[in-house]
Amino acid sequence: MLAYLFRRVLATIPVMAVVALFVFSLLYIAPGDPAAIIAGDQASPADVERIRVSLGLDRPFLIRFGSWLWDVLHGDLGTSIFTNLPVTHLIAQRIQPTVSLMAITLVISLTFAIPLGVVAAWKQGSWIDRVAMVISTFGFSVPVFVVGYVLAYVFALSLDWVPVQGYTPIEQGIGRWFANLILPAIALGLIYMALIARITRATMLEVLSQDYVRTARAKGVGQREILFIHALKNAAVPIVTVVGIGFASLIGGAVVTESVFAIPGLGRLTVDAILRRDYPVIQGVVLMFSFVYVLVNLGVDLIYTLFDPRIRY
Amino acid sequence: MSITIDPNIVAAPQLADVLPPVRVRGKVGMFVYRYPTIAVGGVLLALMLGIALFAPYLGTVDPTALAPARRTRPPPDFVAWFQYYVLSALDTIPGLTTIVGDPMKPPSSQFLFGSDMLGRDIYSRTLYGARVSLKVGFAVAAVSSIIGMLIGVCAGFIRLLDTIIMRIMDGLMSIPSILLAIALMALIGASVQNVVIAISVSEIPRVARLVRGVVLSLREQAYVEAAIASGTKVPKIIFKHILPNTLAPIIVQATFICASAMLAEATLSFIGAGTPPTIPSWGNIMAEGRALWQVKPYIVFFPAVFLSITVLAVNLLGDGLRDALDPRLAKRL
Repeated sequence: MLAYLFRRVLATIPVMAVVALFVFSLLYIAPGDPAAIIAGDQASPADVERIRVSLGLDRPFLIRFGSWLWDVLHGDLGTSIFTNLPVTHLIAQRIQPTVSLMAITLVISLTFAIPLGVVAAWKQGSWIDRVAMVISTFGFSVPVFVVGYVLAYVFALSLDWVPVQGYTPIEQGIGRWFANLILPAIALGLIYMALIARITRATMLEVLSQDYVRTARAKGVGQREILFIHALKNAAVPIVTVVGIGFASLIGGAVVTESVFAIPGLGRLTVDAILRRDYPVIQGVVLMFSFVYVLVNLGVDLIYTLFDPRIRY
Repeated sequence: MSITIDPNIVAAPQLADVLPPVRVRGKVGMFVYRYPTIAVGGVLLALMLGIALFAPYLGTVDPTALAPARRTRPPPDFVAWFQYYVLSALDTIPGLTTIVGDPMKPPSSQFLFGSDMLGRDIYSRTLYGARVSLKVGFAVAAVSSIIGMLIGVCAGFIRLLDTIIMRIMDGLMSIPSILLAIALMALIGASVQNVVIAISVSEIPRVARLVRGVVLSLREQAYVEAAIASGTKVPKIIFKHILPNTLAPIIVQATFICASAMLAEATLSFIGAGTPPTIPSWGNIMAEGRALWQVKPYIVFFPAVFLSITVLAVNLLGDGLRDALDPRLAKRL
């Protein structure tokens, strides 16, 4: 197991290297002078020159990449052009709302989507199956921000159950924190729920048709136990895989959801950075999110062994 | 010799038909019956294509024309509209009364979907917006399928390149696609063409991986081995024996890419990193309505409905095509 863990971590190194190289070279793939691109349209030649020197653009590409990578490995993601603060500092400031939003989304999605998928598979072809699948098709088709607006309009503006926008740090009361995040979490989670419910249903259908399920039923195991213990455990590997892969949609969706609900998280940081063309910040956020995504999928690989003892490394 | 029938024997009662009568369907009916999702998705998509093509003839005005005097006019009250135009027309039929009380005043707005904060007609903007979304969706689907297919075939066929290519693809795939597109758009600048490039970059690895998988399994097939054994040249094997078999999964994948590309375009435009704001795309209309959504929700509402219907149509089409073209895949999802 330890040897496997070691090998698996080693295998993520080339992936992260490609990500780093790509994120770094984005600036140079773009046509034109990177310093001028960063400086924007209204920059004076002096500004462009200042940026050129601060980025070290007078040095060869590989050396620049090397020193940038060295800094990144030491936890230095560069300095924001707009605020002149270290990017790591900006990220640390904004990380709590985003982590909170994602955590709530993850919990809500899993608690609703998996039972929904299980029931849909159990009652295949029934109205509940159809409703679940129609909802999941809609989940794929409606953009996150539209869901967000509809939810905010109905539950915040019309019914006034929860605040419309904003964020309350968890230190100022867990109830208000939750009230602020529940709508964004549902909006963000819809596509994720759709994804998980679909794969759960599909895998469960396959598992439920297997002989051992019939045996369990023959020896008198209860329906609930068959579904949630015998079958779901064996359906877990594909479900967990999709939970890991779908995490990307959660990250992408968070960027948008945060702007709809005015949550001061990493998504807002990204959007603001785009509007200000603050490239080091964009670079830092993309790199960090990719790293998290790789880590999540590494975790998923390790979780496999919990569900399926046949997978031994 | 005469036959005597026992008077106790009675005729068997008429039995109910065990099978329901077979409905005879025409060709179209049969298609709709077998592939309902393709039919519904296809019709909806055709409708949107029609709207995009004939936008200038559907009672639209210049979607970019400003009218500062008529800013943020709400859409007509549809209840009033219905009463005024439909019910009052029915009331002219003698003996029929649908409206109780006074006839109402005509609906207040000349803008079917309202107008935005610059006085532009949202109806016209939404209809023209269909052009951008569909263009981006189809272009991304085409570009990423073709490039992804080429990369996938190379990786599947050339062992030496396989590891290198797939490591690069793995790296690209581990950048969440919207973030990748955002980072690209922030650099290459806003234009429809660049939106297509930015979204394609994140979709290519997915196609490449799919095609590589199919190619790897096809390589082991007896008929490919036979072709190799009989001295068929590699390009001919690829184009004649391998590629045609990768088409079905690619087409299915391309439909889903088209749907997600339309969503991605709207998302990028919505956060200000997509289609240039001068072009009326659904994402842009919604982005402009963002500041006012609490008081003027209709600015966001109409493009959102159009976008969702279009994406839904393409997704349904994809689901149906998957069931029809690739039953193995259909069983899995």
